[in-house]
Amino acid sequence: MAAVVYFSSASNNTARFVEHCAFDSAGIHTARIPLRATDEPLQINEPFVLICPTYGGGDATKAVPVQVKRFLNDPANRRWIRGIIASGNTNFGEAYAAAGPIIARKCHVPLMYRFELMGTGSDVRAVREGLIKFFTHATEPTQPQDRP
Amino acid sequence: MTALIDRVTAINWNRLDDEKDLEVWDRLTGNFWLPEKVPVSNDIPDWRAMSEAEHTLTMRVFTGLTLLDTIQGTVGAVSLIPDALTPHEEAVYTNIAFMESVHAKSYSSIFSTLCSSEQIDEAFSWSERNEHLQRKAQIVLDYYEGDDPLKRKVASTLLESFLFYSGFYLPMYFSAHAKLTNTADVIRLIIRDEAVHGYYIGYKYQRGLALAGEARQSEMESYTYELLNELYENEVEYTHSLYDEVGLSDDVEKFLHYNANKALMNLGYPALFPDEICDVNPAILAALSPNADENHDFFSGSGSSYVMGKAEETDDDDWDF
Repeated sequence: MAAVVYFSSASNNTARFVEHCAFDSAGIHTARIPLRATDEPLQINEPFVLICPTYGGGDATKAVPVQVKRFLNDPANRRWIRGIIASGNTNFGEAYAAAGPIIARKCHVPLMYRFELMGTGSDVRAVREGLIKFFTHATEPTQPQDRP
Repeated sequence: MTALIDRVTAINWNRLDDEKDLEVWDRLTGNFWLPEKVPVSNDIPDWRAMSEAEHTLTMRVFTGLTLLDTIQGTVGAVSLIPDALTPHEEAVYTNIAFMESVHAKSYSSIFSTLCSSEQIDEAFSWSERNEHLQRKAQIVLDYYEGDDPLKRKVASTLLESFLFYSGFYLPMYFSAHAKLTNTADVIRLIIRDEAVHGYYIGYKYQRGLALAGEARQSEMESYTYELLNELYENEVEYTHSLYDEVGLSDDVEKFLHYNANKALMNLGYPALFPDEICDVNPAILAALSPNADENHDFFSGSGSSYVMGKAEETDDDDWDF
């Protein structure tokens, strides 16, 4: 099986995007990274693509939400990541969707797609169809490539 | 006009009702800037080489933007304060109001660097006479002075995320043609701020809307699309009154559609304008966000440059991005 893991703050932009993609109806699980450090941490045991908003308004050290860092810090989670999809806002110039390339480099996975805010209809179609196709090919676990 | 709030309790930033308030406060204060830090005087040779028509257009566009920033700084953001649900939200609005005044002042700072006082006076006088500019100011002001907190937030978000963009187009266009690049740097700082303002006010709108009943929610959704359409029709006419002479109106309209969709998303509503008419000129998009036109569509197979980072040696101890 395969999953989409996502983070969304109280603004719910990313949550809305994921909801519009209706992954469950295509047999793709969805799991939300919890907002608070006191919440039960998310544990993943299947290949997943991460959908992550960009924070920090231009500051690269803050581009990846701390909750996402915490989730990826767990090697048991990280070994299953297969791709990253990042959202942002072009108003932030060079920092647009900056969480994408940062996570792609750290985890050695492709930056698959970028979208703004909660995404348009064509963003939803591209990501839904793209991930359905992608997950039919990527179901076997592999060794984490980011280990020395 | 909304009354001032009648009771104030000391604000305690160590006890938050909505963590978004602190997050946005930190982002806004972290982004703080002043126009004096940008060397606009380096644009003087470019400015001298530009035509009179380009001068007139630039000054009219910037005067229009000055008017919107003045409204947002002295009326708009301030009118949201009495509606705030938390003391921290009030504090964020005071920051937004102040930065809008910084934005308004930065156009004057550009003017005084580049233009003669006759040119400046002519542009301000034009802004008083242009019916479309006056009309958009009036539509928004009416909601700020009205008695509906949710409608005020919709009007404010549409101003922050949509109404500025007929003006923002021009410095991005010049920047794409390697003209007035320092001036464009000032405008990019303003554009960055407006993104946070639109996001936050739109978010607070959605929080308020969630407390309302179903009938009210559906009334607000219809109202939002109606107001957007009213402002959009006026904005198209405003665009023609400015850009027809230089033949850029069609290009500006695509930029309007693209940003209108983003304004709706800030309010939690789906995009209205279809992709076919949101195909912003790639040079404009690149002037706004240098890597925005790179193809990261891994799925289509046509992506020439999706990022696949080289294997980086890390262990869990340095998993600090």
